[in-house]
Amino acid sequence: MPSGLCILPAVRSVRSRCIGGDAVGDRRAGGATGRLALLGRLIDDEPAVDGSLGVTAGRLERLCTVLARVLPASGAGVSVFTEGRIEGGTAATWGPDSRAIEELQLSLGEGPCIDAFTSRRPVLEPDLLGRGIQRWPAYGPAAHAYGVGAVFALPLQVGGARLGALGIYRAEPGPLAALTFSQAITFAEIAVGLLIDGQDADGGTVSGVDDLVAYRAEVYQAQGMVMVDLGVTLSEAMARLRGFAYSEGRPLSDVAHDVLAGILELNRDTL
Amino acid sequence: MTMIAVEQLAEVFVEIADTLVDDFDVIEFLQLVTSRSASICNASSAGLLLADAHGQLQFMAASQESVKLLELFQLQNAEGPCLDCFHTGTAVVNTDLDDAIERWPVFAPRAVSAGFRSVHAFPLRHRKDVIGALNLFGPETGRLEAHDVRIIQALADVATIGLLQERVIQDQKIVTEQLQGALNSRITIEQAKGALARSHGISVDAAFELMRDYARRNHHHLSDVAQAVVSDPAVHPELLSGRPTPPV
Repeated sequence: MPSGLCILPAVRSVRSRCIGGDAVGDRRAGGATGRLALLGRLIDDEPAVDGSLGVTAGRLERLCTVLARVLPASGAGVSVFTEGRIEGGTAATWGPDSRAIEELQLSLGEGPCIDAFTSRRPVLEPDLLGRGIQRWPAYGPAAHAYGVGAVFALPLQVGGARLGALGIYRAEPGPLAALTFSQAITFAEIAVGLLIDGQDADGGTVSGVDDLVAYRAEVYQAQGMVMVDLGVTLSEAMARLRGFAYSEGRPLSDVAHDVLAGILELNRDTL
Repeated sequence: MTMIAVEQLAEVFVEIADTLVDDFDVIEFLQLVTSRSASICNASSAGLLLADAHGQLQFMAASQESVKLLELFQLQNAEGPCLDCFHTGTAVVNTDLDDAIERWPVFAPRAVSAGFRSVHAFPLRHRKDVIGALNLFGPETGRLEAHDVRIIQALADVATIGLLQERVIQDQKIVTEQLQGALNSRITIEQAKGALARSHGISVDAAFELMRDYARRNHHHLSDVAQAVVSDPAVHPELLSGRPTPPV
């Protein structure tokens, strides 16, 4: 795909009444689901920049590239943190100095991605030089020195399972529009899927990632059950459940339903 | 429907306002709003839905948490009074479920078979935006009078204020941040329900009650307990041990 081509998701109408963009009715006609599939395909089609990266890191890098073009943003990065301690690493970035900007947070011990991870909610700072500097006295000026004017960080998480954060950088200060925010959320959901499925990422494609937004209570409840059944972390339980659904070629919600009904119990032999 | 006395009503508002301290649990707060809304207008059940970043309505809290009721809330992503209310920004009241089959062909029959006859939905409004809806189910057909509608809408408004925290309500980005955090808390509770159900060999509904009672008894926030259950169960050994797992 030519790098200058910017494709926006198939959202026909943005109603100002609903926070966050497309109307619920649009969803059935391809709103959030359509956007997830479309952005997934864009990531699949994006040529790899750094061929030396591993499968997951390579996909995350392409995700950052597509994100920066679609939103648009001047840079983006995915950092992975360890539960309990703020340490980890930058898994992928796109944009001038983006890796340095992401890593600033780890060396300074503060920044939007760290806050998004610890607070479990988005951290949106449209004015880095103003309020951003009050918020992060060390990170603020340092990131601004790289030309960052606004920064937005989304936690990469599903309920109690936390994986890291997605950082989005813009040279120009200013807020994210509602539609842009819901696009950013979709990119974060794709990143979560890639990180969860990381260990066996060879088979699938980004656009094959489940519709995370369509998860319902039963899927989350089944994740908790599999965690206990297998004695693994919640993230790993999610990976096992998704892996099982893929290998059986069944929708995740069906598999979750069977786990809840006691028809299916995942054990090490099932996997 | 018969509304409660003014004195009781005042008590409800004070009770709700009283939970809005600095460090409150958003799910517990919404649960209180739903259970008081249900009792005020003699509804059997009440629930609250919030819109996520995709404009999808997600279940947040209910006067009683049961699989059956959750299903009725989840259905309203596709059709139902909450979806209508969310789209129009106005309350959907006094709908007789028996007469609503055409309007909501999936939702209405399910609600009837769950034992409900009437349904109402009130918007959670923040300025020109609708961020969610408060849903009430009644065991009998019956009309809400105009003053009843105002009272329930006031409770829905209190829910919005609590969710968004009045002191920062001026800022649209804070609204987005708060709502996303609240939605994730709900997911954590579902995951913890599953984990506890499996640990104790009980239903997910019973698992929720176990977790809620434990949180209340020990003065913990429900969301914190749920988070610990799925990430660090050793924090609450009493919750995870106890009842033996019956053979399957």
